[in-house]
Amino acid sequence: MIINHPLLGPRDAQEFTYLGDAALIDRPDGMSFPDANAAQDAFHDYLYLRDNPAGEHRELWYHEQGDRSWLVVTRNTVTHEITKVELARDVARAKGRSK
Amino acid sequence: MTQENRIKGGQIDRSKTLRFTFDGHPYTGHPGDTLASALLANGVRLMGRSFKYHRPRGPISAGSEEPNAIVELRTGARQEPNTRATVAELFDGLTANSQNRFPSLKFDLMGINDRLSPFFAAGFYYKTFMWPAAFWEKIYEPIIRRAAGLGSLTRQDDPDDYDKGFLHCDILIIGAGPSGLMAALTAGRAGARVILADEDFRMGGRLNAETLTIGNHAGADWAEDTVRTLAQMPNVRLMPRTTVLGAMDHGIYSAVERVSDHLPIPAPGKPRQILWRIYSRQAILAGGATERPIAFENNDRPGIMLAGSLRTYANRYAVAVGDRVAVFTNNDDGLRTATDLQAKGIDIAAVIDTRQEGDLLPGIRHLKGAQVIDSSGRLGLKSITIRHANGRSETLSVNALGVSGGWNPNLNIASHHRGRPVWNEGIHAFTPPTDGPKNLTAAGAAAGALSTHAALTTGAQQANAALEALGLKTHTLDLPKAEDAPLNLTPFWYVHEGKGRAWIDQQNDVTVKDVKLAKQENFTSVEHLKRYTTLGMATDQGKTSNITGLAIMAELTGRTIPQTGTTIYRPPYTPVAMGALGGRSRGHDFKPTRLTPSHKWATEQGAVFVEVGMWLRAQWFPKAGETTWRQSVDREVLQTRASVGICDVTTLGKIDIQGRDAGAFLDRVYANTFSTLPVGKVRYGLMLREDGIVMDDGTTARLGENEWVTTTTTANAVPVFRHMEYVRQCLYPDMDVQLISTTEAWAQFSVAGPNARKLLQKVVDQDISDAAFPYMACANITVCGGLRARLFRISFSGELAYEIAVPTRYGDAMIRELMKAGEDFGAVAYGTESLGVMRVEKGHVAGNELNGQTTALNMGLGKMVSKKKDSIGMVLSQREGLTAEDGLRIVGVKPVDPSQPLTAGSHFLDKGAAATAANDGGWLTSVVYSPHLGCSIALGYLKNGTARIGDRMRAVNLLAKTEVEVELVSPHFFDPEGERLRG
Amino acid sequence: MRYSGFRVIAEALTGHKGWKPAWRDPEPQSSYDYIIIGGGGHSLATAYYLAKEFKQARIAVLEKGYLGGGNVGRNTTIIRSNYLLDGNEPFYEFSLKLWEGLEQDFNYNAMVSQRGIINLYHTDAQRDAYTRRGNAMILHGADAELLNRDQVRAMYPFLNFDNARFPIKGALMQRRGGTVRHDAVAWGYARGADMRGVDLIQNCEVIGIRTDNGRVTGVDTTRGFIGAKKVGVAVAGSSSKVMSHVNMRLPMESHVLQAFVSEGLKPLIDGVMTYGAGHFYVSQSDKGGLVFGGDIDGYNSYAQRGNMPVVEDVAEGGMSLMPMIGRARLLRSWGGIMDMSMDGSPIIDRTHIDGLYFNGGWCYGGFKATPASGWCFAHLLATDKPHPTATAYRFDRFRKGLMIDEKGQGAQPNLH
Repeated sequence: MIINHPLLGPRDAQEFTYLGDAALIDRPDGMSFPDANAAQDAFHDYLYLRDNPAGEHRELWYHEQGDRSWLVVTRNTVTHEITKVELARDVARAKGRSK
Repeated sequence: MTQENRIKGGQIDRSKTLRFTFDGHPYTGHPGDTLASALLANGVRLMGRSFKYHRPRGPISAGSEEPNAIVELRTGARQEPNTRATVAELFDGLTANSQNRFPSLKFDLMGINDRLSPFFAAGFYYKTFMWPAAFWEKIYEPIIRRAAGLGSLTRQDDPDDYDKGFLHCDILIIGAGPSGLMAALTAGRAGARVILADEDFRMGGRLNAETLTIGNHAGADWAEDTVRTLAQMPNVRLMPRTTVLGAMDHGIYSAVERVSDHLPIPAPGKPRQILWRIYSRQAILAGGATERPIAFENNDRPGIMLAGSLRTYANRYAVAVGDRVAVFTNNDDGLRTATDLQAKGIDIAAVIDTRQEGDLLPGIRHLKGAQVIDSSGRLGLKSITIRHANGRSETLSVNALGVSGGWNPNLNIASHHRGRPVWNEGIHAFTPPTDGPKNLTAAGAAAGALSTHAALTTGAQQANAALEALGLKTHTLDLPKAEDAPLNLTPFWYVHEGKGRAWIDQQNDVTVKDVKLAKQENFTSVEHLKRYTTLGMATDQGKTSNITGLAIMAELTGRTIPQTGTTIYRPPYTPVAMGALGGRSRGHDFKPTRLTPSHKWATEQGAVFVEVGMWLRAQWFPKAGETTWRQSVDREVLQTRASVGICDVTTLGKIDIQGRDAGAFLDRVYANTFSTLPVGKVRYGLMLREDGIVMDDGTTARLGENEWVTTTTTANAVPVFRHMEYVRQCLYPDMDVQLISTTEAWAQFSVAGPNARKLLQKVVDQDISDAAFPYMACANITVCGGLRARLFRISFSGELAYEIAVPTRYGDAMIRELMKAGEDFGAVAYGTESLGVMRVEKGHVAGNELNGQTTALNMGLGKMVSKKKDSIGMVLSQREGLTAEDGLRIVGVKPVDPSQPLTAGSHFLDKGAAATAANDGGWLTSVVYSPHLGCSIALGYLKNGTARIGDRMRAVNLLAKTEVEVELVSPHFFDPEGERLRG
Repeated sequence: MRYSGFRVIAEALTGHKGWKPAWRDPEPQSSYDYIIIGGGGHSLATAYYLAKEFKQARIAVLEKGYLGGGNVGRNTTIIRSNYLLDGNEPFYEFSLKLWEGLEQDFNYNAMVSQRGIINLYHTDAQRDAYTRRGNAMILHGADAELLNRDQVRAMYPFLNFDNARFPIKGALMQRRGGTVRHDAVAWGYARGADMRGVDLIQNCEVIGIRTDNGRVTGVDTTRGFIGAKKVGVAVAGSSSKVMSHVNMRLPMESHVLQAFVSEGLKPLIDGVMTYGAGHFYVSQSDKGGLVFGGDIDGYNSYAQRGNMPVVEDVAEGGMSLMPMIGRARLLRSWGGIMDMSMDGSPIIDRTHIDGLYFNGGWCYGGFKATPASGWCFAHLLATDKPHPTATAYRFDRFRKGLMIDEKGQGAQPNLH
């Protein structure tokens, strides 16, 4: 596969390390829950449950053999076609994440 | 022998004679020959035996689709089993042997299987060999395994090299027949970067095998001219002997180039083969078509061939397979074999044509509506029996028969993305799918365009379509004139008459009867048919058999062929040497070797090294007179604890962390708090995964207000850095923090022992007295009068200890300097074994305890997980299953009898408890011999372990059938109060 | 019809006219007591044991393609029970015991062949981990041995002992491990289930699961609605797709695993071997092909095909372990879709919908589990209680922190 890195252009996917669903960006704040039970419920859903779609999938890839960027790649899991590649940092910011 | 079947013409170089042997007999041939063509030229038709029935077999083809003529090529370590004689280029000195026969090819004892064939019907083995149960492994299976298999490996290491390479192009053209050449010419002239790959050593495809003309030239001459023209274009790369194996994602194709297989051995410095990854923007499949046979009784005798291959041997290789030949066809292309061979002066006994309609060939006995119903000749064809349209049968004496059931486009690569082939009623064959790999099109016979004219036309068209897609200017060439004859095929898959066996898959001995049996037993899906009968699973991958098999199944089940469908086409297109796929990554080069900065020095000291991940680390440093590793390790440990020892700890991961938010960042990635750490101090940190399990541990030093350096374990240097970047970029994108891995930038040494300070003060330029540089201090310093360095007062060994880091290029000088400075103190170098001994004595956890399954609580470090701040893993580490009161806790373990050794991996059982899982208390994680305690000691995880300290249990190793009575103690065997650290 | 050596001989002498279809092709009935979605090994085994051991009736298996077309039809055929953790080992040992009597039980020769499996180790830490594991196996009633380098060398002298980047130091061996003819497992269970009245319905894809008041009522299929009192889902690879019909998100991802077979070769490797320094495991089939595989490709995929990096990685492992195989040729590759779960272990459990049960998350170790998976799932379906060897395979283990993480990789499916 070839990933079109937003900064570096097309790169063989072999240069990257895969993590998984880009929903991992949506990490809850561990201090924002009324009790440990609610926190664990939320973190359970966040960490363990996946949509795992057969079709378009937004996912995290890390340019380990390159510039160390984390990318959000939009890729079809049936055809492997890639339709979009973004810097994960930009995606995280767009989702309102900051510090 | 004298090449008795050699005729005039052909594309062989008669000026040179090549000698070779087959089964020990010497023969000769010429450059341009394959092993098969040379053997046929010498009158050798019998080249192999089939898999199941050991039927005598000769080649049915002249290409990579060959199921029968497979041999062991070469001898010794280069012996290559299952090599197709039909594609093996002849070279001087070639040695080949037949395989899967005993004692000889002509007389094969396993031929008895053929007589017993009624008992060996498809799937018979699923129905028997079940009683008694124990007999399968002991009796039945060993017999089956011995009989099975084809060629053999010699068990010697492959002596050849293989390379891997990467190529980029605008247009990849797969196949250099008329369509591929035309496509390459069009795209090449237009200026595109073109790769033209063909599996054959001679480009031209069917043009080399036919007498057809293009323009005013013989087809083969046109091909040769065109190849010459292409070779002169700098933007075109010609790759003969290169098989495109498969279509990967995003325009990437894998291919193997056989650089040296046509030579006795590879030239010095050259690989045997190269595995290419070809990155294309557009690709054109021009891989031609494969002829398919018609099944009839005893259709597998040497001398019976595909009709097109019979004329390949005559036209390209100048070989008459027989001197009296018949042709059995259901289409007009088969007729060409009769006319071509007759033109070469070969006697055509008859053309048996299943079709009723159509013109008769002039000057040839052309029998319409007839069928071949049987053949004879044990080791080679002697005669065929034909059934005339009027029902009369007749036996014809012939020694070669060409059979043509039509042509199947070689669409494999177009279906590698699981697109379903499309049935073409015009040629009664499957053509490439419409949903094949993106940016791949097909041209010529591969696309079902079988005539030469159609091949040239579609080749040019698809090249222009590709150019257009690339935004390049198209290029229109004058198309030379070429034949455009229709195939005129009337489907005819198998002769219904006869009680005997009619072969479909010749190598695996799958017959029409087997397909019928599969139908009878309801294995009617094509996948069931394949798996139940083994149809198409032989080394030829069913290239000549799959379609015929499924067509027969379609007929039997009353479905159409497209309804019946095909099995999935998968890479590789033809079998590929494992060596090519492995490339240079073998032996010592399997993975890179990372050397520590002190490696050269350690080698000079005679160190014994050990693999630690990719690293080689000194394991211990034997001294003269030491005969066991224990002597060396005990000495290193005792001397370190008595005076001072030095160890290269460069392999630990190092990450520089800088920025205003570095402390806050570390608070997120570590379970404990770092933001409160003063400048100039070091703190131990515990890093959790989000699931609350310990990921890694290490120290982090704050060298300045915004300047931090973290260490990781050796094994986790890469994953921890990746994880930190994930946290930084994906979770907290606005934190002012930057990371860089500096593992390779600093050579780092541990200096440990009561005299560590005295030793170091001799090389460090600053004051490092206890007052100036207390326990857990850190600083940017200089050594040896100005070299920048980092000093950390941290200890893994439990001694007064420091880690000192200098730029890597000074690492070798530094170890020498340190050892020199240590001479006064009798300083020793110590390796990973002593490191392990001292950390276990001290009760520090390491890899065996940090195994990805254990929590801070398990390690006795539960209090380190701060609940006052959010950190990765904080929430989920509190789950009930990870916080059970009676869960695993780390303990120290000593044998009650100090002379008894412990074994890591032993399990804890209570005294008197049976060795069952219910009584399993836990296990010993790390075991060392402690020279201080004079016995084997261990760390272990034990259920409710802390509460059990002081108890006695058994450490049981059921694998060695040993057990040791042990005492459970604090994991801190040595200096539990840590007085030495602060000394 | 009962298969036997006598029957084979009798049929051979009479032209094989008497063989009956291995299974019927029934039309689906309007409703069943049990519907098993998926026609792979685990579902066929479930239906078989439901009928045979739990004496249940009115059972249908619904398969979107052909029987045995899932991962039971594309795997490396290895059976073993060399697991470490309490949650796993009893289950896999139960499975191995079922394998040992399987052929006589379902009257089909699946060529269960216990020629042994060895896991090579190359470091002291690996040896320690295998010692721990071997002891755990024996404590659970399985067999295990620790071999030293010389013992391994005596078995396989052609391995790379003298020129290796990571020298072989020994191996954990389970003699009762081995291989099974994978397709025959599906066919044996299918035939056995069919003989006991189970309707095996091919070319019937489930496109919806109907519920009423929190209770399952049946399934919508490409061949119409079929009512059911209980529905069991065993569609590994497609688990998330099927369970999305009831809006369940699962603790798993779908990944592609490639596997490979070489051309047929005369006997070389008697048992099963796994390389401890690379991603490579290998056995030799009774037909002579080396059957081998390695790691998953590592990215979510339903494509049933992989890419070159893993092919090359596997070949590199093979070449570094057995440098002679450079001259052998890779014949075929294939790709299957694995339910890669969050801890590398499976789930056999009820769901929040009454009457809807789930079996999946087998990662790439599902084949060896086939008999026990079928038995335990049948147990759960028939009795509503988990089988004693499968009590740990619950959905809520992640919520409770009771993961069964053999590899210690955490909640990252592609690392299991």
